Amino acid sequence: MQTLPSLPHYLLRNAEVRGGQVAMRHKELGIWREWSWRQMLDEIETFSLGLLALGLAPGDRVAIVGANRPRLYWTFAAVQAALGVPVPVYADSVADEMVYVLEHAGVRFAICQDQEQVDKVLSVREQLPALETLVYDEPRGLADENVAEVLDFAHVQALGRQARERDPNLPVVWRDGIDTLKGPDLCVMMYTSGTTGRPKGVMLSHDNLIVTCLNANAFDGLGPDEQTIAYLPLAWVGDHLFSYGQALTAGYCVCCPESLDTVTMDRREIAPTYFFAPPRVFETLLTTITVTMEDASPAKRAMFDHFIALAKRHGEAILNGESVPLLARLHYRLGELFVYGPLKNRLGLSKARVAYTAGEAIGPDIFRFYRSLGINLKQLYGQTEASVYITAQPDGEIDADTVGTPSTDVELRIAESGEVLYRSPGVFMGYYRNEEATASTKTAEGWVHTGDAGFIDDRGHLRIIDRAKDVGKLADDSLFPPKYIENKLKFFSAIKEVVAFGDGRSYVAAFVNIDLTAVSNWAERNDIVYGSYQELAAHPEVYAMVRGHVEQVNADLAAEPRVAGARIHRFLILHKELDADDGELTRTQKVRRAFISERYEALIDALYSDDPERFVSTEVTFEDGRRGRIEATVRIETVPLEPLADAAAAEPLREAS
Amino acid sequence: MDAAGGGNAPSAAGAGSGQTTLLDIENVSLSFGGVKAITDISFDIRAGEVRAIIGPNGAGKTSMLNVINGFYHPQEGAITWKGQRRSRMRPHEAAASGIARTFQNVALFKGMSTLDNVMSGRSLKMHRGLFWQMVHVGPARREEIAHRRRVEEIIDFLEIAHIRKKPVGKLSYGLQKRVELGRAMAMEPELLLLDEPMAGMNLEEKEDMSRFILDLAREFGTTIALIEHDMGVVMDLADRVVVLDYGKKIADGTPTEVQSNQDVIDAYLGVAR
Repeated sequence: MQTLPSLPHYLLRNAEVRGGQVAMRHKELGIWREWSWRQMLDEIETFSLGLLALGLAPGDRVAIVGANRPRLYWTFAAVQAALGVPVPVYADSVADEMVYVLEHAGVRFAICQDQEQVDKVLSVREQLPALETLVYDEPRGLADENVAEVLDFAHVQALGRQARERDPNLPVVWRDGIDTLKGPDLCVMMYTSGTTGRPKGVMLSHDNLIVTCLNANAFDGLGPDEQTIAYLPLAWVGDHLFSYGQALTAGYCVCCPESLDTVTMDRREIAPTYFFAPPRVFETLLTTITVTMEDASPAKRAMFDHFIALAKRHGEAILNGESVPLLARLHYRLGELFVYGPLKNRLGLSKARVAYTAGEAIGPDIFRFYRSLGINLKQLYGQTEASVYITAQPDGEIDADTVGTPSTDVELRIAESGEVLYRSPGVFMGYYRNEEATASTKTAEGWVHTGDAGFIDDRGHLRIIDRAKDVGKLADDSLFPPKYIENKLKFFSAIKEVVAFGDGRSYVAAFVNIDLTAVSNWAERNDIVYGSYQELAAHPEVYAMVRGHVEQVNADLAAEPRVAGARIHRFLILHKELDADDGELTRTQKVRRAFISERYEALIDALYSDDPERFVSTEVTFEDGRRGRIEATVRIETVPLEPLADAAAAEPLREAS
Repeated sequence: MDAAGGGNAPSAAGAGSGQTTLLDIENVSLSFGGVKAITDISFDIRAGEVRAIIGPNGAGKTSMLNVINGFYHPQEGAITWKGQRRSRMRPHEAAASGIARTFQNVALFKGMSTLDNVMSGRSLKMHRGLFWQMVHVGPARREEIAHRRRVEEIIDFLEIAHIRKKPVGKLSYGLQKRVELGRAMAMEPELLLLDEPMAGMNLEEKEDMSRFILDLAREFGTTIALIEHDMGVVMDLADRVVVLDYGKKIADGTPTEVQSNQDVIDAYLGVAR
């Protein structure tokens, strides 16, 4: 198939080639509503004409703020067709964070989901001189706010319709406008979540996205019959590809859930064939399964345990098409009937042909668990700057520790420092209004620094160890890969988040965040009474349980010579959940190490002292933006480390020092 | 309307309070045997406003609500509902005439789902008899679809879609309160009586509930009379407040007026008598 110059061209093509086929679904008032490609084109066209009627000029930036709703996806195409540039913004960011992006991008229009987002933008309006018009999707609470600069989405569409009635030639003009779009033109600006420093506006061209999307579709054989569910943040490049770019280029159907709270149920109803989730989602799902099974009757539990054990032995081999004894194969079939099938149905993954995880390393055990059920879960490695795809695992070549081989058209190189570099047609145009950062990330020859340390193994698969700047050394010079240790602990359902310390220190110590869902359930079954998260986190029984997990991880680490020095010697359970509102996590829920180290300096001090406990007072931000303080005396546990008895294991350590 | 930005909404809703009187209570007294629960109280509720009834424990607030919805019959005084002087009225007659209420302690069908509980609020609106509903064809079916749509709008409004199919007994207290409000909304009342809608809620739940009550008044035009203990909530929500103490009315006016009234301060803080 011929490559088209821009994403709106693909919209037009789909409306022509498969006009009657369902392009989008949205659950509303409990019922799935559908739009065919033709209907969707009309919605987009009227909105686009409406924006033009409001004075949208070529090159104008338009912010998109909200959750996964059809109208917001249409806005992307409508703005692009009107030669503007969409700028999706994380909907859950607080006004202060949002204002930076809106100001930096110089947006003239902001398309918001609802009152909450409109109010947020209006509250920082004085700081946004370029902003002229706000448009909202959900009128609730805004009905009496229909002033000149705050408009209903339907109203803008009506403007577009009126303009079209007045001038029947307008659709032709509109299409001519689309035809002026060229591949190298700026298509979208995505602000990176910013693990370090201020967000940067990554400029991606139509070519960047189209080539990458076509390659990705070909890689997994995605066609117009796929179903996906859109539930990840609009402002995240991954969702932009899966729910917009790839959907347009392949012509498949995207389903928008009723709300973020109902995603699990909605996914079950849709049963997507192509599914993407960050590791966190798979972790949460597994936690839910574990918790539910612990409450099940003994007979059910026995059956579950039996078949899960069987899946662990043979599931992955069957999925990879390797040879498995006939009896085991039949046994597995039985398991499919009794356990795996119903379970996949619960998860909404019964029809998933391909599922991806990316964004962070996934615990190998979690990864294998899903694969053993027969779900073709694969890993990929990507970045906003690469239009996502850098490497991906081809079918049958799956390994929990690698992120796969370079994607089509991607070149990979490992710098001397161990940092991974890549070059591809998806490489971004540059950071918006930030030449300095562009120059330091992208070389003149087009190679991009990922900031991740990794190596390519003998099979040509890339392995990521950690963020290049995070991999450290203990005082005795043994390797300290924080994420590696953290992920090992995070596999336990009781543990939600871990932050490990050790760079330049004499031993490794860690902050642990318990998982409220799992631990409260466990507490209930063990008659442990608690009044708050804080109280539960400080409970001696909870400490004892976490200590057990730490000891187990230490035993694992001791068995691996390369990291045996990085066993955890002291740990504490944090008195509050790490929260993006407090700046402790990024909006994509990644731990902000530097910030946490600074904020909890006193606790880190305590970890590297002999103190059995330490008092802390932490400022927190509530959901409504008000601030308060949480105070607690946090206990610190010491886990004695057995000297490495095994001489063979101790040897490389000495060599290293 | 001239809603000036995202500020407090009551002022906007209060614009409607110059309108007609929906319910008028004149010199009502209620006693149980020798105990006088309410003594000679008069106040009115205007269409479209949020009216708060406050007062210390035992002031007669809940009794007042019970008088309004016909559960108690006052020995003296007159109640005028929508311009008609009301004779002895039973609760179900009050319900049919457009008065709905929620209770201090959640009174839901615990084993039934959220959806069914809200749907049960529609029973007065069902026109087909039991037989047709059971047969579930033709008009009865169409009627049920129409009702279900209305119920789904309420579920959407209250943001309880994620618990649509869950038995309410398994829900948190805050959510149960919300479902109860949903059931009362399903009756499409003209006057909605809320008996301590925020009791036992945490801050976040209270804020959610306040938003729902305000939106309900503004967007559905429902008149609301509520009893509440949380002063902050009352001051934010209500257009007008009536204050009771020992069964007597001690103040009546806008939140600011009431707040500065010496009798009210005395009643709440207590004075040496």
